[in-house]
This record gives sequence, structure tokens and C-alpha cells, in this order.
Amino acid sequence: MMVKTIFSGFGGQGVLMMGYALAHGAMSAGYHVTFLPAYGAEVRGGTANCTVAVSDDEIASPIASKPDNIVVLNAPSLLTFQNRLAPGGALFLNSSIIAVEPSRHDVRIFKIPSSELAEKLGNPRTANTVMMGAFLKITGLVPPDIFLSSMETVMGSKKKSVIEINHKAFAAGYEFLKIAE
Amino acid sequence: MNKVLMQGNKIIGEAAIRAGCRFYAGYPITPQNEIPEYMSERLRQEEGGVFIQSESEVAAIHMVIGASAAGARAMTSSSSPGISLKQEGISSMAACELPAVIINMMRGGPGLGNISAAQGDYFQATKGGGHGDYRIIVLGPDSAQELADLTMEAFDLADRYRTPVMILADGMMGQMMEPVIFKTPKPRDYPESFIMKGAGAGKSKIIRGLILDPLDMEEHNWTLDRKYQVIAQNETRHELYKADDAELILVAYGTGARIAKGAIKRLRDLGLRAGLFRPITLWPFPTNELRDLAKKIENFLVFEMSTGKMVEDVRLAIQGRARIGFHGRPGGVVPTPVELANVVMRKYDRKEGIIDHY
Amino acid sequence: MMKKVFGRPRSMKKNIFHYCAGCGHSIAHRLIAEVIDELDIRGITIGIPPAGCAVLAYNYFDVDMIEAQHGRGPATATGIKRVLPDRIVFSYQGDGDLAAIGIAESFHAANRGENITVVFINNAVYGMTGGQMAPTSMLGQKTTTSPVGRDIVLDGYPIQVSEIFSLLPGTAYIERCTVNSPASILKTRKAIRKAFQYQIDGLGFSLVEILSPCPTNWKMTPIESCRWIDEVMSKSFPLGVLKDLPAAEQKQKRGEQTP
Repeated sequence: MMVKTIFSGFGGQGVLMMGYALAHGAMSAGYHVTFLPAYGAEVRGGTANCTVAVSDDEIASPIASKPDNIVVLNAPSLLTFQNRLAPGGALFLNSSIIAVEPSRHDVRIFKIPSSELAEKLGNPRTANTVMMGAFLKITGLVPPDIFLSSMETVMGSKKKSVIEINHKAFAAGYEFLKIAE
Repeated sequence: MNKVLMQGNKIIGEAAIRAGCRFYAGYPITPQNEIPEYMSERLRQEEGGVFIQSESEVAAIHMVIGASAAGARAMTSSSSPGISLKQEGISSMAACELPAVIINMMRGGPGLGNISAAQGDYFQATKGGGHGDYRIIVLGPDSAQELADLTMEAFDLADRYRTPVMILADGMMGQMMEPVIFKTPKPRDYPESFIMKGAGAGKSKIIRGLILDPLDMEEHNWTLDRKYQVIAQNETRHELYKADDAELILVAYGTGARIAKGAIKRLRDLGLRAGLFRPITLWPFPTNELRDLAKKIENFLVFEMSTGKMVEDVRLAIQGRARIGFHGRPGGVVPTPVELANVVMRKYDRKEGIIDHY
Repeated sequence: MMKKVFGRPRSMKKNIFHYCAGCGHSIAHRLIAEVIDELDIRGITIGIPPAGCAVLAYNYFDVDMIEAQHGRGPATATGIKRVLPDRIVFSYQGDGDLAAIGIAESFHAANRGENITVVFINNAVYGMTGGQMAPTSMLGQKTTTSPVGRDIVLDGYPIQVSEIFSLLPGTAYIERCTVNSPASILKTRKAIRKAFQYQIDGLGFSLVEILSPCPTNWKMTPIESCRWIDEVMSKSFPLGVLKDLPAAEQKQKRGEQTP
């Protein structure tokens, strides 16, 4: 098994955190894992993205030229990455702020209004966690409980309120797709 | 032992601290900025820890010289263009027989190049880099775990042979996060007598590389060379991967070796028994080990993220005993394992062997 | 029994200077060694010779010494001092070493306020390499690379290192002296002593610039050289204390105390 996922969005949307938490969760679940952020001058103030590879064997390249999944939180990210997605791959998009339709018809598309769901919970900054709920529901890469405890670890926050709101956000994303299916 | 998920650059920093590094001087340059950032924070917390953001790469390496002479485990880090600037001091340390660890997270070049992962600095690292008749130990890690292990070992090697040791990795290794377990480092074993700390009541000491009499300089050169021969004999490291039944061996190091491992899995799925020879010490290069392999295997393909540097060492090792092909992707391009597998299939004919026009 | 009134400083080796007749290096070396003896710091002093005529200074100083590449003395000194803050570290540098190839290392060590002492030998010429133009060569001065004289348009101006460094908040003490007469030599000795004392007291970066004769490359007799320092060189490089932060602070304090 080898699954590569690209996470992308505006800087500040918590894109790197999604990847980092997933990578940590996958490590905790016993997988080989790599996390590779885009770096350098070109990412300042623009889009941020990272690639996570999860495998039950050694990982050769942490780069995904044909990712199995892409998770996009804004429209520029959709346009940048949708053509790279492997045929039959899964495309997760934040339908709250992405108005454009994906051009791919050979992939599975999951539209999650993650910003709206997060806002409803009272914290728009948890849109990334909402997305992760949906993402793990479909991919099943890491069990939710392991992911949530990894997220607490990597966020380094001991504040109960922060942990609680993120648990709720994750659940909202996870439940959303259940209802939609 | 605890497995943690960490970024390559930070792994180097943490491994250095655990190995007892208490002095770091450096100048920011992408893609290794997390090393000075990490060291600034960690050295602040360590008793006797010194972090200096120097005015230049040149100043950094000379600060390291001072710290090393004064007895500290010292390190500097940079990426390709900055390493060029450090060469003056590296040559000086080789001359004065001072230990230190230098990290090069290679990027695309020549010139300013770019900030992607590349392997174009191989000659600079392994063939001297600076002026004069000297060698330095060069280690090429290919995983987060090796970044940690080899950084710790670099300090031991530097002390044991009183020589600069370079970790030659690249921007991708520096930026990538991967699980790592930090091993317990060996305690430091470095004779007091080498340390410059003032003469006390005794005889004063001189540390110098200036030897004006050619005969004396020659003797110093041979003394250094004898040391390098001992290093070559004792410290050569390499990894063999699926080589036992191989009909074709890929030769690659660092990130290139990771890609090659991925390619080998695909090639084996396609029925081609490929294996890997991965030099871990780039200097001393595992010449004899590679030559031995050429006694039973006829086809080698060198893969580098450059236009071809290590391939020359491979040719020197194999000395015409086998066919050697080459595939290179310079400029900061990291090819996929699939691409490399396709290249190998194209260049390898079961009847003819490696067909390469390089 | 007779009292010994003059002898070789303990911090000097019994070697004969290789410097040219009339050169200022040997005087400067001796003054430093005398000060090291006087302050009783031989055992804890680490010196750094430059590249240039004084590259072999470790043949004369009987203290621990480590060579630096051209201009890098203050960087190497920084590394040593930060690891061993209780040692006394000095860097001995010429005008090419300090004001040209090593200006960055010197400037930044000064700006960081490194607690080290720099002895800066300014002889307005590159001695060891054969008399080429220095960053401190006088306007109009003929050297082997300025055969018709230093030209502002081509070569710019003599760099006033002490004035520039005294503007840096990190510097504690900067004085420009010379060694062209018995009186000036005694004054220089005092300056060097003060510079080392300030380092011992942990007050920060100290620099003593010494206008130093180079008869060989100036193509003058030693006496003419000494005169040239008074008549020409010190016009561009005025002698005196450019900065004495502790003294200034003392004065200020005393001023506050007296109504």
C-alpha cells in the first residue's frame, strides 16, 4: 500500500497542519510516512501546499507526481493540482469558497462546505479539521481516534477548549459525508 | 526508544546537540534555515551553548575554527553557494587538523541556481573543495534516521581523525519530515592536549597551517595523507539493497538512492532483477567494495541528480570490468521512481547489457 | 646585587625578529608582550596572528597562538572567546587584513561588542607582498600598484578604521597611536595596556591602531619614515583617543555626583 496526498490552500488555512497531523497519525498507526512542504520564496503570501506519503513499505520519493488524493481549500489550489490527480483518485474541495467546478471527470469528487461547517461550530479556523474528518472518512488512512490524538500532539495545545472544538470540527466533516452519501 | 516525526533540518540540529555540539555559527540560506533557527533555540538552553548568526559564511567557518581550537564540538551549516564561501576555512581546518562538522543541504547550481534538491556539489565535497592537498570525510545520508545517526557519527569521526567532516544531503532531505529515533551518542573522547586554552604555567602552543619550508610542508602533506589512508581503510561505508541475485546494479546516494530503491521495486515487478549499491561515505568512496561487486555483476547504472559526478568515481572503481550507464537529472529536478525504472528498461538490453551513449 | 631594569619579556620567545630595520612590528610585539607580563595573563592569553608581515608572530610571542586566514582573525577570536570567556584573546592585524579583506569580520566583531582586543598595525602599505597599495594608503602615495600615486577616482580614500569603529555602540575603547618616538612608544604601551585591561574587566571590544613605519616599502630611511608619520600620515589619521566608553561613563557619573 502506498498512498500519496497533496494538501493545498492559502497560507494561513492550516494546510501544513493537516498534512503534519496526518503524517503523525500515520506514524502512530505504524506506517512508513513522509511529509514534504513546499518551501522557499515562492510560497510567501501565496498558496501553501504539502505532500504526505503513507505506506506499509519504505518510501522512495516523498514527492507525488500523481497523487492518489488531493485536498484543496481554495480555487487556485484546485486549478494547480487537479490535473495531477491519479485517475480514480479522490478530490476533496472546500465548496464554501471554491466556486469553480473541477474539470476532471475520471476522479471521485467530494465537496465539503468546510468553512461554513466550521463557522457554524463557532470557529472558522477549524475548516481544515472539518476537511480532515471528511478525508479520513473516505480514505480510512488512519483511524479517527489516532488522528485526533496526533492532532493534539502536533498542535501542542493543552487548552481543553481548542481540543474540544477540533474534535467537533472533525466530527462535523466525518458526519457530513455520511449524510451526503 | 521514542520515535518522533521531525523535519530533516531539525533532526540534524537535535542530533548535533545530543552529540554534544555546543557551538554553532551560520548564515541563513534556503533550504537549510531551520538548522540555524533550531540551533539558536536549543543552544540557548544548553549549559555553555553558543549560537552566533554570523555576518557571512566566511565568518561562520572561521568562528567554528576558533571554537574547535578552544575545545568545543562545533558545527556550521549552509547550502551550496554558502558552502563555496566556507571552503577557505575548511581547507584551513584540514591543514591545522581541527575537528568540526559542516552540513551542506545541496540546492540547484551553479551560481545562485535554485532552492530545490540537487546533487551537483559532489566534486566540491569529495575532491577537496578548497585549495591545497587535503581530503575531508563526506557522509551522504538518505533518510531521516541516517541524518540523525550520521550527524552524531560525524562528530566522532571529526574528533578521532581531527578533520572536518561534511554531511552532504539536499534541500528535500532538509525539508522532509520522517520518523526518527535518536540513539544514545557515544561519550566524547578528545585529548585535552589538542585544545588551545592558554599556556598556563607551561609551554605555549601554536596551531598553524603555514609551513614555509617546502620539505617541511611536504612532510606535513604526507602526514595528512597517511591519516587519509587510515580513514579510507577504516571508515568506508556502503549499503547493498537487493544485490544478491541482481543482474543490474544501480549506484546512487542520498535522495538519488531513495528514488533508485523505488525504481528497483518496479523493475523487479517487471521481471528485471535490479539491485542498489549506495555509498554512505562519499569520501572515502567504497571503491574496493564496488570493484568486488563488478566481479560478478556486469551491468551498472549510476543515477545522480546532477550531470554526472559520482559516475567518475564509479568508473575509477570498476576500471572497465563492467558496463556503466548513467542517468542524471540536474537543476533541482527530483525524478520519480517510475521515470528511473523506465530509463533503466530502455538502457538495459538482456542480451547486450547496458547500452549507454553517455 | 644589581637590579635588572631591562630584559626580554617573559611572554616573548628568544627568537630574533625577522622584521626589516626600522619596522614598527617588533616594537608593537614587544609592547604587547610587556603588557601581558605586567597584567600577569600569559597563561590565559590566546593570540591570533594575521596574514601579512606578522604572520609568524607566533615565533615571537610565548603565548598560545592560532593562525587565521587573511582577515579572519576577529571571527576566529570570536569563536575562541565565546567558548572560553575567561581567556584573554587578541587579534593582531595589518591594514590589508583588517581594513580590506577582513573588514567585514572586524566590523561585525566590533559591532557585536566581542570582548576581545585588536591591535591594528597601519603602515599604509602591503608589506609582505612587496609594497602594494593598502586601503589606508595616503592620497598620492606611490606604491607598486599605484605607480603614479593613490588616485581618489580610481582608488577612493584612505579608510579611517578607528573613526568608523568608534561609532559602533559595541566598541568600548579605541585609540590611535604611533611608535615613531620614545614618547609615542610609551603612549602606545599605555593604550595597549588599557585595551587589555578593559577586556579583563569584560567591557567589550577594544582596538589600538598603531601608525607604524615601513621604511622598506615607503622607500625611506627609518628616520625619514618616523618623520613621515608625523608630517603626512597623522594628518589623515589623527592620533588620540577616539573612544573610551568606560572613562566617558565615569566622567558622566562624577558630573552627576557633583552639584
